[in-house]
Amino acid sequence: MVACRAIGILSRFSAFRILRSRGYICRNFTGSSALLTRTHINYGVKGDVAVVRINSPNSKVNTLSKELHSEFSEVMNEIWASDQIRSAVLISSKPGCFIAGADINMLAACKTLQEVTQLSQEAQRIVEKLEKSTKPIVAAINGSCLGGGLEVAISCQYRIATKDRKTVLGTPEVLLGALPGAGGTQRLPKMVGVPAALDMMLTGRSIRADRAKKMGLVDQLVEPLGPGLKPPEERTIEYLEEVAITFAKGLADKKISPKRDKGLVEKLTAYAMTIPFVRQQVYKKVEEKVRKQTKGLYPAPLKIIDVVKTGIEQGSDAGYLCESQKFGELVMTKESKALMGLYHGQVLCKKNKFGAPQKDVKHLAILGAGLMGAGIAQVSVDKGLKTILKDATLTALDRGQQQVFKGLNDKVKKKALTSFERDSIFSNLTGQLDYQGFEKADMVIEAVFEDLSLKHRVLKEVEAVIPDHCIFASNTSALPISEIAAVSKRPEKCFPSREGMLSGSSPAFSDLLAFGSPCQVIGMHYFSPVDKMQLLEIITTEKTSKDTSASAVAVGLKQGKVIIVVKDGPGFYTTRCLAPMMSEVIRILQEGVDPKKLDSLTTSFGFPVGAATLVDEVGVDVAKHVAEDLGKVFGERFGGGNPELLTQMVSKGFLGRKSGKGFYIYQEGVKRKDLNSDMDSILASLKLPPKSEVSSDEDIQFRLVTRFVNEAVMCLQEGILATPAEGDIGAVFGLGFPPCLGGPFRFVDLYGAQKIVDRLKKYEAAYGKQFTPCQLLADHANSPNKKFYQ
Amino acid sequence: MTILTYPFKNLPTASKWALRFSIRPLSCSSQLRAAPGTVISVQTKTKKTLAKPNIRNVVVVDGVRTPFLLSGTSYKDLMPHDLARAALTGLLHRTSVPKEVVDYIIFGTVIQEVKTSNVAREAALGAGFSDKTPAHTVTMACISANQAMTTGVGLIASGQCDVIVAGGVELMSDVPIRHSRKMRKLMLDLNKAKSMGQRLSLISKFRFNFLAPELPAVSEFSTSETMGHSADRLAAAFAVSRLEQDEYALRSHSLAKKAQDEGLLSDVVPFKVPGKDTVTKDNGIRPSSLEQMAKLKPAFIKPYGTVTAANSSFLTDGASAMLIMAEEKALAMGYKPKAYLRDFMYVSQDPKDQLLLGPTYATPKVLEKAGLTMNDIDAFEFHEAFSGQILANFKAMDSDWFAENYMGRKTKVGLPPLEKFNNWGGSLSLGHPFGATGCRLVMAAANRLRKEGGQYGLVAACAAGGQGHAMIVEAYPK
Repeated sequence: MVACRAIGILSRFSAFRILRSRGYICRNFTGSSALLTRTHINYGVKGDVAVVRINSPNSKVNTLSKELHSEFSEVMNEIWASDQIRSAVLISSKPGCFIAGADINMLAACKTLQEVTQLSQEAQRIVEKLEKSTKPIVAAINGSCLGGGLEVAISCQYRIATKDRKTVLGTPEVLLGALPGAGGTQRLPKMVGVPAALDMMLTGRSIRADRAKKMGLVDQLVEPLGPGLKPPEERTIEYLEEVAITFAKGLADKKISPKRDKGLVEKLTAYAMTIPFVRQQVYKKVEEKVRKQTKGLYPAPLKIIDVVKTGIEQGSDAGYLCESQKFGELVMTKESKALMGLYHGQVLCKKNKFGAPQKDVKHLAILGAGLMGAGIAQVSVDKGLKTILKDATLTALDRGQQQVFKGLNDKVKKKALTSFERDSIFSNLTGQLDYQGFEKADMVIEAVFEDLSLKHRVLKEVEAVIPDHCIFASNTSALPISEIAAVSKRPEKCFPSREGMLSGSSPAFSDLLAFGSPCQVIGMHYFSPVDKMQLLEIITTEKTSKDTSASAVAVGLKQGKVIIVVKDGPGFYTTRCLAPMMSEVIRILQEGVDPKKLDSLTTSFGFPVGAATLVDEVGVDVAKHVAEDLGKVFGERFGGGNPELLTQMVSKGFLGRKSGKGFYIYQEGVKRKDLNSDMDSILASLKLPPKSEVSSDEDIQFRLVTRFVNEAVMCLQEGILATPAEGDIGAVFGLGFPPCLGGPFRFVDLYGAQKIVDRLKKYEAAYGKQFTPCQLLADHANSPNKKFYQ
Repeated sequence: MTILTYPFKNLPTASKWALRFSIRPLSCSSQLRAAPGTVISVQTKTKKTLAKPNIRNVVVVDGVRTPFLLSGTSYKDLMPHDLARAALTGLLHRTSVPKEVVDYIIFGTVIQEVKTSNVAREAALGAGFSDKTPAHTVTMACISANQAMTTGVGLIASGQCDVIVAGGVELMSDVPIRHSRKMRKLMLDLNKAKSMGQRLSLISKFRFNFLAPELPAVSEFSTSETMGHSADRLAAAFAVSRLEQDEYALRSHSLAKKAQDEGLLSDVVPFKVPGKDTVTKDNGIRPSSLEQMAKLKPAFIKPYGTVTAANSSFLTDGASAMLIMAEEKALAMGYKPKAYLRDFMYVSQDPKDQLLLGPTYATPKVLEKAGLTMNDIDAFEFHEAFSGQILANFKAMDSDWFAENYMGRKTKVGLPPLEKFNNWGGSLSLGHPFGATGCRLVMAAANRLRKEGGQYGLVAACAAGGQGHAMIVEAYPK
């Protein structure tokens, strides 16, 4: 399974999961700010409490758009002017979302830094008015309260949140390469203390309601209600509003104090932070840590620290000014554009473009209880799929079941699940050695060893027991699906397409269209570890029916995956991009670059895992297997390093992490990695003379990246990929392509196709065909207006 | 009570039925429907009895209970089987049943005293029942006694037994507080240790935090939510106000007080507590004023919840027991039974959001099974866990939306008329010893039917775990 392990920087993206699509519908374009036709906000008065309900039209979420801003100010001005109103409640009418943040498209539409800064300053003014309101305002939060939404909430006098799983608070701006631009950098430290505020802003993590209460981010919790006289969600919002109104009244009557009692630890921290020396130390520590983690590739975190520091050291006015300026600067950076692009891509890859399948997959069967099989089982049972995990031996099955249990139990330890929920989830899993129950399966995913004859054997065995409608999915990283499907005995199944496979550099699969009805064999390439890696690469052949694809995507989405759908071909998309880069890794090592040095070069370029470490993590044997297979098909273009290196490593048992030795030595419980000195002789025997003109640090980095990018663009050119967005998501979420670059296609757009082609040509001159730019890339270089993202 | 109905009651049973039939054609006249009480039931009752062909009739000869006391009062030094024994001896005294004819004894209990985990057997032996009479203990949270009774019904109906004693007991004054799991493990390992060395090495593993005690869980195991918390959410889901809850609680206490003063709670038997005075009546009945109740702070969802100590049932000590027989056996022994135990139904639903809605689900099902309608019921006896729970059940039963979306019914269940509902108080005021309440409900229904007239009583209760129970009690013809 060619993939990388869980990686720090990627996991930061998990916060994206709770961000929902931000539809932005332009209304009232003509500009008549008609008072009567408010579309985003309605408000009513209950007694002496104004209830302001936010409800962006035609969207599942509320976003802070320009219209919402103006309607909101309008409504608040009315409230402040009214004599009858003594307090207000701010609430959303949408279940599951308070305010999900600022409208990204509004930011993206800004052409200049000044425009963005101005947006930030406008937002700052509105929330400042809220903060200074003489009539107490209670923010009643149900659902996501993120970014700008949180900034609005913390400028209110009181916050009440539902203790629902959907209710999360956070400042995810950093994940988009920006910072909280509506006073958040100034208010948050005052509210929860500098360390907690920095943690929130620098990680972008989402905070659940109960934790928010402990931190002092919200003042009261409201339990979600079950069914009553109305649907639960509806009544919960109504109840939240009722509770918020009683608190608003209490605040107006001064029966309730908005001030919160701080705990001892909090008080001590707050005291410590009044000492300048301590503050300096805190800034220094945090900056150091950030520098180490971002390697200077992400500008946002350092600026966030800067802005917070300015506010504390020079006062709020300076802080707000600094915040809006830095916000403008950050939004205009390439990094921010890349990260926002990824966000959009991710939203796209969370949709089922094939529509709803005819039949929901309810019973799933997984063959092979190895790392992958058990991982797939874990993410499936977690979402309520009845799952059979089958293996050939009891030992393997035991290990797999234990892996699933451990994965769930770790969630219990983190309090994401109760032990009762764990047990009830775990009961969805059946471990077995035979094919009992397969007659009910709607989908079978095989995750047996990557060996074609073995895959053929299990396909035949399974087809004897599964019902007609059952889909057979193969979790393979490189074996072409059509080859696997070749032995399918069901008449309507795929036909062998071996010729297509071996036809070399142009596997034009459209040529292979043949007769017959649609096929129910599909590829589902998961990435290890399955419960951590978000990507799922789904591989369809020309014969795969639309409904089969729809089912596979639906299952993947249920498992919480970000999904790219690619066409069948050797190595599909992800493995195929990785292979030439890996070949280059070997050559670079042969040229005498130390694995440690290579690792640091790749990580400092933005890869979450160093290239040599990646080979160890993937498994040297797997890498060898893939290199040989793809090398045969793609020939010279995939050459470069001598595969003999991998062969020798395998023969000596240096299989990487799993065998304890690879380029490094791995020991249980030891974090420090030492180089495997036994590698020296192998490397020495295969030593190549380095070419000085292409061996600077930067050249080494670019040799790796350009080969990756070139192959990715070729996949788009050949139709393996349907869209550049999927290519970017696949590369970033599956292979750890630097998120700050936004993926290979975004990188070409932002860095410039011409510059990349120039680099490729330079390396081509030194090494030959492996670096020949593909046609599509050359086209982009020739016409500078051509962009993958318009 | 209208003038119309009054004379009917004084008529002999046979002619009463005859009258009912003759009055049936009037049933469509709508103005009569407005009149409360038996007029309605007179119109709609069409069945003479719920006896089923080829199934033995099961009767309640009589039932008793100890006074229900607030936990921590006079019963606080007793053990559960002491209370159970008091109920059993009270039953023996009340019915004069020869001990040796009792075929089987079943008790319900919830928080088990580990020393007497089969509390039925210990109590029976202590009460002087024959040591040849087997006994077992059942548990089903607040419907444990209901389970004891229906188990008995099953044994009689299937011909396995003729005479059953069913009851329940709960002693909340004392609950088993355990050592922590770590401490227990250490102690058990020490037991097995063979040498001094092994013992010492085990003792060296001791840490002070091992001594932290483990209290019996008050929360649902599946959801980790306490029942009061769930009741508060339930009340909020059905928009039951604090005032409504306080008013209902006040009603319960007032009615209980009245019933106590009028001597209607005839199932209570005095209990001479060893070393203390004889207890003769329930001590949790405390009618207060709405103003005073309004002062209380919410007990579970703070600071804005609606469930308070005053509108919840309190922790109670008490035991109950009743004598159940096959009808022919009772008649052969010369008894005049009080009631038939007819159809019953257990239900269960989501333990998180519908924890306490058992009565709503069970009521229509048991009525349907018995071929009765809400109008046929003369005495409703529902377990009152919380005011909010009773009122939420009322709202659920009165809601077409709820019936359609959650119960798979086309129309709402319908409200029990309040004038027939828990007229002698309920668990809120009389108290709620978890394991014993079921028998109290059945005896209250049976005694009310005798006292107030009427043929059918409906008993219903909710229980932890999201379960519920309902049973039809039919008055034995006088």
